[in-house]
Amino acid sequence: MNDSWTLGARTFHSRIIVGTGKYATNEETREALAASGAEIVTVALRRVDLSSKQTVLDAIDRSKYVLLPNTAGCYTADEAVRTLHLARELGMDELVKLEVIGDPKTLFPDNTATVEAAQRLVKEGFKVLPYCSDDLVTCKRLADAGCLAVMPLAAPIGSGLGIRNPHNIRLIIENVSVPVIVDAGVGTASDAAIAMELGCTAILMNTGIAGARKPVLMAEAMRLAVDAGRKAFLAGRMPRRDYANASSPTTQLIE
Amino acid sequence: MSANIDVVINGQPRLVNAGTTVAALIGELGLAGKPVAVERNREVVPRALHGSTELAPGDRLEVVTFVGGG
Repeated sequence: MNDSWTLGARTFHSRIIVGTGKYATNEETREALAASGAEIVTVALRRVDLSSKQTVLDAIDRSKYVLLPNTAGCYTADEAVRTLHLARELGMDELVKLEVIGDPKTLFPDNTATVEAAQRLVKEGFKVLPYCSDDLVTCKRLADAGCLAVMPLAAPIGSGLGIRNPHNIRLIIENVSVPVIVDAGVGTASDAAIAMELGCTAILMNTGIAGARKPVLMAEAMRLAVDAGRKAFLAGRMPRRDYANASSPTTQLIE
Repeated sequence: MSANIDVVINGQPRLVNAGTTVAALIGELGLAGKPVAVERNREVVPRALHGSTELAPGDRLEVVTFVGGG
């Protein structure tokens, strides 16, 4: 079954996007990325650590993965734009993950600043994937700004709380014109399956994998769950009923 | 002997020779050939200009790279 999806001119087959943060070693990062089946991986941008011999780029085979730089840690549109100018200089692919944080405790996004930054970045030719609240109006504004997709959160970043408001996510999927990628909050495989069953195009996760006791095994579990959830969505679930409906014939019973 | 100038690199004060270019600084930091990007006084210095951009007294530089992140 060909079930690919596109972002601008690029076509993808995997529906899981993974972060590269919080792994114990580069080796673990490499194995987890492979087990997840991801084609897109996120990275952050920071001051160089002169004492470090290795960089995360050593763990990422650029012939296999599209690099998606993020603006994690940015609290203003200016900081986010500035960060992505540097990312562009570092040599990335054209896609960027925009996040402008509005609150340090919840890491909830500043949606207003995110829309402003998105408008500026799109004008400059960036292909923008914005992290945002699970708010339909914000998602519409981001799509109108020219973002290639919208990435509403399922729960706070790194919380592992799962899909807190499936109804909102579904309304966004039904009402925006661009792919919806659930970003943040997925804690385990069933969360990923639920997000995919709602009909989202893909899921972005980091801590759900890196924070597991066995990250590589969880990466595989997430790949399978995303696949299962996607297939269940395409298959169309049975209607929910309040009462039982026998699976076996109710006639010709022996007496 | 060339004079020294004060610059700030990633928030740390540093003394460099007058006339030091961005490319030379990257070399001094042991980062030659490494994937780094440089911002000087909040403006990106394109890679093609690293060799010809000389640091000036008081310059504030950010030398950045990609790290693991979500």
